Amino acid sequence: MNVLIYVFLAIGAVFNGLGAIALIRFPDVYTRIHGATKCTTFGSIFSILAVVIYGFARGGGQGGTLAVHALIALLFLLLTNPTGSHALARGAYRGGIKPFRAVVDRLEEKR
Amino acid sequence: MRKVAAWIVTAAFALVVYLLLVLWSGSIGLWSSSELIAGGVLSALVGLVAGRLLWERGGWRMLQPHRWLLFLFYLIGPFFLAMARANLDVAYRVITGRVRPGIVRFNPGLRTDLARTVLANSITLTPGTLTVDVDDESGEFYVHWINVKREEPRPEDVCGPFPTWARRIAE
Repeated sequence: MNVLIYVFLAIGAVFNGLGAIALIRFPDVYTRIHGATKCTTFGSIFSILAVVIYGFARGGGQGGTLAVHALIALLFLLLTNPTGSHALARGAYRGGIKPFRAVVDRLEEKR
Repeated sequence: MRKVAAWIVTAAFALVVYLLLVLWSGSIGLWSSSELIAGGVLSALVGLVAGRLLWERGGWRMLQPHRWLLFLFYLIGPFFLAMARANLDVAYRVITGRVRPGIVRFNPGLRTDLARTVLANSITLTPGTLTVDVDDESGEFYVHWINVKREEPRPEDVCGPFPTWARRIAE
């Protein structure tokens, strides 16, 4: 059980770290949204799963509360994260930021 | 009548979430009396504020239970698989810096708002693709793609089996 928790925490840390690196390496706002919101969501899913396993393994009132709270946090993370990053991207495009080095931009033709 | 139904259903959902949040707080079942009262008042308020917005445009069909089962299966199975694969791909691109970005357009042919929301959120949660805009009338998706393979993609090129699943779940 402990091994599983450590593995999940490690995966979570690695992907969260990659998200941070993506912020530095990628060239413009859209590609950075890819790295900074998606890698970190995947990392956070595994961190939260580790918490859930820990909570259920411990059992009872306190552990159960921890696990259920973490599951609810995961649910809302999955709901709000895509909405937020979509709002960021749409706002950036409406604000006039063009995607850097884009090979194709169909949204521009629409206007 | 419709308004009352929307209010009651929304309040019920809010109450379930609140009760999950305060599990193991007391002795009536798993809850304390003060939490039960607070939950009832709060969920009634939430139902008043959000009820009309939530069910306005064809959300009622989500009350069929088999759609929830399908949604759960989709989340654990095909969606998680696609997400894991795409994450490894983006991790590779973060390290090597090989990107070929662009905004592509495709039309998955979904009609209801709910199905479009499911698809748009699935696309955005999958790394490498990001929904920038959805045309309300024609249902065309504008997706920022980090590694453009074709400039005129079919829906399967961008997001795999997601449109089929969105149709099954919410249409």
